[in-house]
Amino acid sequence: MSLQPYASPIERIWFWVFRIFCGLILVFLMVPVLVIIPLSFSDSTFLTYPIQGFSLRWYEQIFSSGPWMDSLRNSLIVAPLATILAMIFGTLAAVGLNRAEFPGKGMILALLISPMVVPLVIVAVGMYFFFANLGLLNSYAGLVIAHAVLGVPFVVITVNATLQNFDYNQIRAGASLGASPLRVFFTVVLPQIIPGVASGGLFAFATSFDEVVVALFIASPSERTLPIQMFSGIRENISPAIAAMATLLILLSVVLLLVMELLRRRSEKLSTHR
Amino acid sequence: MSSITANHNADNQPITGLKAQLRRAERMKKIKAMLLVAPLALFLIIAFVMPISSMLWRSIDNTEVSSVMPLTAAAILDWDGQGIPDEAVFEAFAQELRESRAGGGLGRIGRRLNYEDPTFRSLLTQTLRGLPLSTEVSWTEELIGINARWNETSTWLAIQRTAPTVTDRYLLAALDLERDIDGKVAQIAENQRLYVSVFQRTLVIAGGVTLICLFLGFPLAYLLATLPPSKSNLLLICVLLPFWTSLLVRTAAWIVLLQSGGLVNSGLMATGIIDSPIQLVFNRIGVFFAMVHVLLPFMILPLYSVMKGVPSSYQRAAVSLGAHPFAAFWQVYVPQTVSGIAAGTILVFIMALGYYITPALVGGPSDQMVSYYVAYYTNTTNNWGMAAALGALLLVVTLLLYMVYHKLVNQKQLVRS
Repeated sequence: MSLQPYASPIERIWFWVFRIFCGLILVFLMVPVLVIIPLSFSDSTFLTYPIQGFSLRWYEQIFSSGPWMDSLRNSLIVAPLATILAMIFGTLAAVGLNRAEFPGKGMILALLISPMVVPLVIVAVGMYFFFANLGLLNSYAGLVIAHAVLGVPFVVITVNATLQNFDYNQIRAGASLGASPLRVFFTVVLPQIIPGVASGGLFAFATSFDEVVVALFIASPSERTLPIQMFSGIRENISPAIAAMATLLILLSVVLLLVMELLRRRSEKLSTHR
Repeated sequence: MSSITANHNADNQPITGLKAQLRRAERMKKIKAMLLVAPLALFLIIAFVMPISSMLWRSIDNTEVSSVMPLTAAAILDWDGQGIPDEAVFEAFAQELRESRAGGGLGRIGRRLNYEDPTFRSLLTQTLRGLPLSTEVSWTEELIGINARWNETSTWLAIQRTAPTVTDRYLLAALDLERDIDGKVAQIAENQRLYVSVFQRTLVIAGGVTLICLFLGFPLAYLLATLPPSKSNLLLICVLLPFWTSLLVRTAAWIVLLQSGGLVNSGLMATGIIDSPIQLVFNRIGVFFAMVHVLLPFMILPLYSVMKGVPSSYQRAAVSLGAHPFAAFWQVYVPQTVSGIAAGTILVFIMALGYYITPALVGGPSDQMVSYYVAYYTNTTNNWGMAAALGALLLVVTLLLYMVYHKLVNQKQLVRS
């Protein structure tokens, strides 16, 4: 949308009103993310502006505190494992869904996507009772399984999308040249769908790294993840230590965003090469 | 396929022709495809569907009394509800009450019967203490001697209500309903009603958040879709960065911004709009700010992807044919974005319905949604039937909307292909 030289005054006014409105929405979206970063460098114990003096004491505090580091370690154990599980299950299923028509396919797809839709508290309460019977309550295994369930729909969706413009004759070509199905998958299919697999994996990772509700129900204090630590911190006593951890998490989201953009470019390049 | 040269298929029958072979190859392909989907489908059935369905079962599960006191439950179901039951029921009850001390049975029936009458648990413990050691007694007289309430019809009616293995009391209670003495469904006393207003509140918050997201998201998506890519990519980062940022970080940031000494209040005071800080957080305003912020990207992204595919030439054609630019926008452009509006609106509404963390952190007691009560009954009061009933109703609404969403998105894909 651009302003034409022959635009009437009213159109000019509308144009600028519209632009300013959109600018305000962008400010609304960005301000909360930006406002918390400077506070993490404050030397005050209160999260308020104006900042009197700068210090790194809050970073020092989270890096030397047992609970913060333990919860970070727990999240760094659970999230990658859940991501790998989701990537393996999700990729296989997406390939299968695209390979052939079979009865009940629509229903199965709806089932595979449903963890994204069901309210988290219902998943949490359900798993709380069910995992208690299986002895999975208060264990890393339980958390990994739960987070893999929540992350797998993203992998199915992204891999499914990449497979939409995949040419299946390549599989036949590979097979006719004598390669085993596994070899065809790893040398022909996987290199082409890897952007989809990876971006689904990123979504799954981000989901696990930010998941509070299910973890609150099924994890004991010794498996306390970073989001739970943040949650109880915000709830009990919101200190600049939370701003410091928030700043680190914003850095992580910048990294995730950049990797996502690289993957998108790569997959565009792959699809235009053909 | 090796069977082409072998001239025989696996069943050692002569090959009937190429057609059969093709059919077999197709079937193999189908089976292979299903085998690839099977691990995930099984994983989700075990780790997702079964937990949720067993939780839903708890919303009608009523096996506390019948599992701890099977004889009493069977006997009292035959009682006509007039006067008091006969000696056989009294005897079964007294025996099984004595046995219930082992294995936590007393606690389970006590908790269940307390939902019928909050003094039942103490009645049970008092009765248990007073039971005679001898068995050659009239149990009717003994029990009435311990507490005169055993001579009241209502006491035994309460036990009778807990005897069947399934019940609708939790689902009814989740809608502020109950069964009256005659077994008819009726509204509960006005001062005890709660859940209908909780559901209303949930719908109001989710609906309000969705409308605000549409109002803010539509113009921004339009701007992003019509700007040249070099500029729009930069602005898209402003949408995607919050999208990728932890929900907890954003919620914490809103508390910082909206608190009484926060930037918003000091800004408003500096410009002279208000004289003293106003309460913007830990109430409904805070919930709306934080939820709209979290969910806005989910509105913008579907709208943006649909608007990207809408050519601007139709709108220009309408204007060149004499339409007012606003008319061209409303009548020509907006109808082409309906699928994006529908997808974004339903997506945001579905997600908002199940919100728990954000209202818990930035809302007050009167801003808590259904999810909060599900968690509350599971964690705090251990009333699992109530938690499951509220969860079941929430799930039904969500799944119905999801089906609509699924249909809309599928249709969109059909139109495109």
